[in-house]
Amino acid sequence: MIDEPIDLGALASFREALIEDDPADLYEHAPCGYVSLRPSGRVVKANRTFLSWTGYTATSLGALRIHDLLAPGDRIFYETHFAPSLALQGHVREVAVELRCADGRRLPVLLNAILVADDLGEPAAIRLAVFDARERRAYELELLAARREAEAAAERARALAATLQKTLLPPSPPSIPGMAVGGAYRPAGDGSEVGGDFYDVFEIPGAAWGIVIGDVCGKGASAAVVTALARYTLRAEAVRSPSPAAVLARLHDAMVRDHGDGFLTAVYLTATPIDDGVGIRMSAAGHHLPLLVDLDGGVRPVGRTGHLLGMLGPPRLHDDDVVVRPGETLVMTTDGVIEARRDGEFYGEARLHALLSANAGIGAPELADLVANDAIDFQRGAPRDDIAVVTLQAVG
Amino acid sequence: MVFAHGFGCDQNMWRHLEPRFADRFQTVLFDHLGAGGSDLDAYDPARHASLDGYAEDVLAIVRELDLHDVVFVGHSVSAMIGVLAAVAEPDRFSALVLIGPSPRYLDDDGYIGGFTEGDIEGLLESLDSNYLGWAQAMAPAIMANADRPQLGAELSESFCRTDPDVQKRFARATFLSDNRADLASVRCPTLVLQCSDDIIAPDVVGRFVADQIPDATLVQLRATGHCPNLSAPEETAAAMETFLRELQPSIGTS
Repeated sequence: MIDEPIDLGALASFREALIEDDPADLYEHAPCGYVSLRPSGRVVKANRTFLSWTGYTATSLGALRIHDLLAPGDRIFYETHFAPSLALQGHVREVAVELRCADGRRLPVLLNAILVADDLGEPAAIRLAVFDARERRAYELELLAARREAEAAAERARALAATLQKTLLPPSPPSIPGMAVGGAYRPAGDGSEVGGDFYDVFEIPGAAWGIVIGDVCGKGASAAVVTALARYTLRAEAVRSPSPAAVLARLHDAMVRDHGDGFLTAVYLTATPIDDGVGIRMSAAGHHLPLLVDLDGGVRPVGRTGHLLGMLGPPRLHDDDVVVRPGETLVMTTDGVIEARRDGEFYGEARLHALLSANAGIGAPELADLVANDAIDFQRGAPRDDIAVVTLQAVG
Repeated sequence: MVFAHGFGCDQNMWRHLEPRFADRFQTVLFDHLGAGGSDLDAYDPARHASLDGYAEDVLAIVRELDLHDVVFVGHSVSAMIGVLAAVAEPDRFSALVLIGPSPRYLDDDGYIGGFTEGDIEGLLESLDSNYLGWAQAMAPAIMANADRPQLGAELSESFCRTDPDVQKRFARATFLSDNRADLASVRCPTLVLQCSDDIIAPDVVGRFVADQIPDATLVQLRATGHCPNLSAPEETAAAMETFLRELQPSIGTS
């Protein structure tokens, strides 16, 4: 640290300048404008700084009220905000208004005001300090414009994400003889990004239905591209092979060929109405296994887990057969459900099993919504990850 | 006696007037949604896009507290909110006190309201200018203190501070309203308190209101500006006392 030497000569001349400061001159040529008003707003006095900024003479100002110096919008603000605040708390700070100058020019200023009371405590005068704020106001207006632009951009992003998301989900599960299918999707956060979760329900010529639920790694445009690829590849391959494992393997091939860097987890199944319920042939690729909920509230995972898709090397996948009896429901979710977190605590499988067990037998669409909503409520309404749920119930 | 504050402030603006009536009346103070300590979750942009929504809120309070023989004291825009409430459920209201009322702020085909649409746009800009940075910085502090009014000193800074978005919507609902046709339907005795040099509600508007309401008394106050309840509580209270005594001699003496 360096001690600054005290210049005794400079200090003396500084003190002299302070002593010679005439109070009247301090007032008249202060670096801010001073204006004194009656409580009614009538102008009584203003300093020279204010007169030179605004171009008024002391006489012309004396005939005016503060209202006459303000644009109409600011005038309303003065009466509805400034004056009540001043009356209630005795001061107002940093109010931005535009003054109307003598030649019609507008001068952006910041006002500080105090209310001066007489001996009886009644308001006697208002003192205004006026600060030239041209550059600050110009800067604030730019900020304001930027904020509005940012809000508009965020709104556009949300609308775009919602529109794109809609194209990646079936409008509503079709009605299928012998079974009821429900689907629910909830975007993460404020929905300003396209999520990676998807599901699809489609008819496979030959009296079967294809159902897929999946989770593409990542979010946004790149995830949307992989999601679209997955949906049309599955629909095309479903016609060519009755084996879900084979269909998922073809999807893997397509992903590695077209999108080297994306991967996904999925459950794909075919559902065929049979005499006593719905016959399911399914394959799970790195995804949570479907849960079968029976009429007594029993909940158990079905099938075997295979490799996720899109990684190097051919994935090992299995086909498993399951029968869903009338009244039973097959429930498939993405990890947005059981990995939902609150204060470091996970939603977890146990909570999901308990919810399904307690609601065994309710309709498939209702159950899908119930699961999605419960996971969102658990996160106090603000999901960190997107959530997809598909339910399939055999109808007797 | 129900006190309803106007645009730009909250129930604090009754602090000089309400105590003068609290000994003889059950007094009810409240904040409009978006102002003071109100619950923002209850704000409904569609319902509160017009003054009818605010009148419904007043009626909800009156019903919830099961009030009858209400003397409704409304300042500024709340004068018209009171008119709408009293027209909707006349049995609940025994008198209206309208302080600085205006049924139509815009000039309109021969009618003088005092403002043009450009002026109202100017007000919205003024609100924007004076809320810059406030939304993020101040809102949490006010939220945190809303249920602890004992923090008087700290809270004094937040007098009349309101949610900026709601404030702008309230400004539109207020200054673009037209309730001239509702005045003739008021059934109860009404006191119109007209300030001098009131740029928000000029003399000619106060006279119009008093002319249109069948049983209205117009009192011209010496107080200047738009908030006599703050700037001249004595004179305002005296005018109300006179009106209430003539209305029902027992009220002033019991």
